[in-house]
Amino acid sequence: MPVVTAAARSTGVVVEIGGLPIRLRCDDPNFLRQIEERYAGYISSANDARFEFEIELSPQSAGPRDEDVSVTWDSGHWLMTRGDFRAEWNPSTARGRVRQTVNPYSLDCVLRIVHTLLLAREGGFLLHASSAIRNGRAFLFSGVSGAGKTTIASLAPPDAALLTDEISYVIPSDGRFDAVGTPFYGELARPGLNLRAPIEALYLLAKGPENKIEEIGSADAVRGLLGNILFFARDPEFVNLVFNTAFDFVGRVPVRRLTFVPNASVWELIV
Amino acid sequence: MTSRRYVARSKAIAARKLGEEPMVMSATDSTLFTLDEVASVIWAAADGVTPLDEIVEKKICALYDVSPEVALKDAEALIENLAEHGLLLLSDEPLVEASVSQGETR
Repeated sequence: MPVVTAAARSTGVVVEIGGLPIRLRCDDPNFLRQIEERYAGYISSANDARFEFEIELSPQSAGPRDEDVSVTWDSGHWLMTRGDFRAEWNPSTARGRVRQTVNPYSLDCVLRIVHTLLLAREGGFLLHASSAIRNGRAFLFSGVSGAGKTTIASLAPPDAALLTDEISYVIPSDGRFDAVGTPFYGELARPGLNLRAPIEALYLLAKGPENKIEEIGSADAVRGLLGNILFFARDPEFVNLVFNTAFDFVGRVPVRRLTFVPNASVWELIV
Repeated sequence: MTSRRYVARSKAIAARKLGEEPMVMSATDSTLFTLDEVASVIWAAADGVTPLDEIVEKKICALYDVSPEVALKDAEALIENLAEHGLLLLSDEPLVEASVSQGETR
């Protein structure tokens, strides 16, 4: 189990997802320990974190966790709020503050939002999708809740390295797109492996009586992709960036429909 | 006499063509629209200064076998729907600058 030292309390903990190190500082050593446990595999020893958040713990939340997230731009800051947290982040200083209760799930949501904002500028995005690496190539399985993201991840054969069963991390790289592991998990309740590989295909999931892969048109591919990209900020500039990235992605990565029977045989098609 | 209506494309949108089909996404609610042929014609002509009835008469009725009255009624329903999602701006006066502030660089 990670042990938080006095030095760690002063320097905080660096969580690095997708090559973006974010330093998290907090006065409470127990909470820092929770962060280290929650993000095991993504804790970095990097001294030069590009972004920094000061976390202030409050005894009780202002509202429920299932409240909708609000992300707005105001006077040079991104403001992010939900019932259980309130965060602000200044992109020009790369610093921010989070006020939240003592639970790592609030921080999880803040990190997801921050990464969507950072990725938008870099031509990437977070996607509601499970993903895995097989034979050196990444496969993404996308769909709404109940579509089978966790099911297909849990059926993965031993030679497949699971990147996530819930939120896939997509970044551009030398004219292609790569998938990177994330600690963001769904029903599988364990973080993905911190690995990276070029994306071979994106499958839009559907459950059915047989396993089959179907080609789909570009418009349906864009529609399916955009429907599953994490959108938090209702902001014209942000929407434009993500919209154009979705078109670029569909132009470079095959997007297909995967209908599957929920058993391991579906992985015979994923090679 | 009914006043003329003017339509302009909002700047709070993202738009791109796939083949001949424009796809438009609202920045206000992230709704995605694929515009059909008629909608594409109106979208392309929505410059804020050409009245809707003129767009219908000169663009729609010139291309399709439809009466101006029927085409205008359909066009009204279409622009109302697109305006509800923030894709089009509607006015009884010409819209010279259909702008939404882009704000500071994030």
